[in-house]
Amino acid sequence: MHKAETDHATASIGFNRDEPYVDWHDETLWFVRVKRDRAARQLPEWENLRETASGIKDFVLAHMDSLLVQFEARALENGIKVHWAADADEHNRIVGDILESHGITRMVKSKSMLTEECHLNPYLASRGIEVVDTDLGERIVQLRQEPPSHIVLPAIHLKKQDIGELFHEHLGTEAGATDPQYLTEAARVHLREMFLTRRAALTGVNFAVAETGGFMVCTNEGNADMGVHLADVHIACMGFEKLIPAERHLGVFLRLLARSATGQPVTTYSSYFRKPRAGQEMHIVIVDNGRSAQLARPDFRNSLKCIRCGACMNTCPVYRRSGGHSYHHVVPGPIGSILAPNFDMRANADLPFASTLCGSCTNVCPVKIDIHYQLYQWRQTLAREGYVPAAKAAGIRAMNAVLSRPRFYQWGGKVGRSLMKLAPVLVNNSLNPWYHQREMPEPPGESFREWYLRNRSKK
Amino acid sequence: MSSREKILERIRAAGRRPPALPEIDTFESRFEDPVGKFAEVLTSIGGELAEVSGFDGLRAFLDQKYGSWSRRVSSIPGLADWTDFDLQTADPHSLAEVNLAVIQGETGVAENAAIWVGEQQVPHRVLPFITQYLVIVLPKAGIVCNMHDALAKIGPVSEGWGAFIAGPSKTADIEQSLVIGAHGARGLTVVLT
Amino acid sequence: MSESYRRTDGPGTDTWKVALFIPCYVDQFYPQVGVATLELLEKLGCEVVFPLSQTCCGQPMANSGFGHLTDGCSRLFADNFAAYDYVVCPSGSCTLHIVDHLHVPGREAEVQGIRERVFELTEFLTDVLKVDHLPARFPHRVGLHQSCHGQRGLHLSQMSELNAPDFSKPGTLLGMVEGLELVALDRVDECCGFGGTFCVSEEAVSVKMGRDRIADHERNGAEYITGGDMSCLMHLEGILRRKGSPVQVKHIAEILNQSI
Repeated sequence: MHKAETDHATASIGFNRDEPYVDWHDETLWFVRVKRDRAARQLPEWENLRETASGIKDFVLAHMDSLLVQFEARALENGIKVHWAADADEHNRIVGDILESHGITRMVKSKSMLTEECHLNPYLASRGIEVVDTDLGERIVQLRQEPPSHIVLPAIHLKKQDIGELFHEHLGTEAGATDPQYLTEAARVHLREMFLTRRAALTGVNFAVAETGGFMVCTNEGNADMGVHLADVHIACMGFEKLIPAERHLGVFLRLLARSATGQPVTTYSSYFRKPRAGQEMHIVIVDNGRSAQLARPDFRNSLKCIRCGACMNTCPVYRRSGGHSYHHVVPGPIGSILAPNFDMRANADLPFASTLCGSCTNVCPVKIDIHYQLYQWRQTLAREGYVPAAKAAGIRAMNAVLSRPRFYQWGGKVGRSLMKLAPVLVNNSLNPWYHQREMPEPPGESFREWYLRNRSKK
Repeated sequence: MSSREKILERIRAAGRRPPALPEIDTFESRFEDPVGKFAEVLTSIGGELAEVSGFDGLRAFLDQKYGSWSRRVSSIPGLADWTDFDLQTADPHSLAEVNLAVIQGETGVAENAAIWVGEQQVPHRVLPFITQYLVIVLPKAGIVCNMHDALAKIGPVSEGWGAFIAGPSKTADIEQSLVIGAHGARGLTVVLT
Repeated sequence: MSESYRRTDGPGTDTWKVALFIPCYVDQFYPQVGVATLELLEKLGCEVVFPLSQTCCGQPMANSGFGHLTDGCSRLFADNFAAYDYVVCPSGSCTLHIVDHLHVPGREAEVQGIRERVFELTEFLTDVLKVDHLPARFPHRVGLHQSCHGQRGLHLSQMSELNAPDFSKPGTLLGMVEGLELVALDRVDECCGFGGTFCVSEEAVSVKMGRDRIADHERNGAEYITGGDMSCLMHLEGILRRKGSPVQVKHIAEILNQSI
């Protein structure tokens, strides 16, 4: 399954053709939501923790520039080299230049959605640099040459048979083998060889601490640490919004992150980097790539509080039944739908509409981003800017013309109901998308207003 | 103008709202029996637990459980003669052969069974990950209730690196089936003293 | 956000004068829900008035991004309802839209007052009338579908996402109905998939969500699916009738109004 080049609704039609598969995808992700709920209920102070994390991130948004300057100063003092990339191209060039300056042509990379956003791997390939993604889910989608479908569970859309076939082809596992233990062992051996031979390792950054210039990288697999502690060069890439002000704030975020993401109390490894190891070079690349533009949008700046836990995806009834690839954006699901239009309104105008505005996402978000409010606001912005399809816009205008005029509305309703009664085929046909899989409501003999006039009104 | 200046200027132009930092940012998840809670969580995340009494007890336990193992290392000074592999190597890559590493931890966290391992506890940062199996020796008195307490106890980190390690490495990336032993240690035993 | 400034003090007189705000699709397709709401409020001692030139709250346009076109509907709404102390609506999502989004240029103070006095039916019964018993009987197994806007927006009941005490205004009211057995669902508050124009613009996902919601109710033995929003129920009913299911939908007003 490849990333759709079509809009979300069209891609979802394809996704829904195989109903047992949709049920499996939906139930798998729902179970992750259930695990989150169990973990949240173990902390009586859970809602206070969310409120606190939200407040800390609000402070970060308001003081981003001074916190970044502080972070840079501390990092430099500790011997870390700090780079600033205004956009994806610059980020990619910086990484490529660092590697080239060391004569490095092969690198391991642990999970970084930022590098997906910047399309780093193909860029480095064009410079003759091979990148191996070492997170198991990321390695799987890399071998399949497709993007991840979820920011925490990259291969959640794949069954073990798919992975068994993939590993048979690429890693030489037995044909037909699907046991996860066996397949994981094969990946362990395969990637261990990479860790031991690659001189450069790139990681993401879960949290960057302004007060210390240090940063935290969280994994369950240990792949980030296996890469960097054996590499001569560690490159850490971060969107600038990954800052937190103080080291003690790690307590708040580490208690929220894994519980929100997978329902675990904490990831197996929470690795805190302050200085390069002796003889190693450590680099941090601070990236903008549209984040400052989002920060300038009062309605949408709160989306930058995101700590990339994925809880919104797991709870979203639409994501679970359409899959990450339907969102045609590096970060899918509810948070992706409020980040994506900032990058390209035209290409991503469909995403804020891929939602019923149910509000579940907002209420699982560990940093209390008002996601469904922002989905609504993006709809207003996109409609005003002219990115809503013309046919839909015309339909809405027509609806508005009727609904804002009482007589027209009453008359139109009466006529519509009569027509539906006399000639149901006018609406019960294949041109009516409602009718595709649902019966239309039965048109009643009179409207409520007519009943009221007959039974209650003294006029 | 450098990218750094461009970015900072764009951020400043975005405008600032002046909220203050939340004052209360530590919480009270308290357990009457932090050691018991730690043990319960450790088991649930795939780790093993042992309790020993004193250094002799530790030695006896290691002999009993790992006495037949080869390629074992330790950064605990008193165990130098129990090991058969030299940690004093300049190149961390050579640790790829290590089967068992026994290291010291100082602070454990009851709510999630994490143990803080600082750079001082391991001569090489890669050791707790590259070893096939990991043993962390932890004093019971070093177990606190939650992450806020842990960070307060650890204090401002002065080492160049440290990690919270909670259980053995794992993944559920293949159809959400939990597999213990991904790229880091295949197993973790915590020995409480 | 929306409930903090809602006024729940009494009228200061014996009779509660209530204006009925009937969603456009209820007016046109499910008048019996409006009738049940009116009769129920009258039974509970209210004088109920239906302002005759009301049409629509504007939500279908606003949720499609065209909030900037809804001035006509908003003005109409303000004209129709400004004079009343209480405005009651048998729809969580329409009520929420008014509470969150009713704005009329030049009439903000007046409109703010209206937003404070608009109530969804079950919250009006619970918080204002403080109903603690109902002369109603409905001896059937009923599944309660928590419509999202009412639940998460108006806090009609606790949402499963939060680590917070459980409560349900519609659930409590249904508990007062003699013979009614509320079935426990596997997913207590998942969205049905209606979502306004979403129901046609994302038809595949919308119907799949509706089918799953129905399957949950059927699995747990519901004979009726009820809820506070006829839009959700209309969508579920469409699927139920297409598959020939014996399960029926019934708006909560109709159940609470089933007199002994």
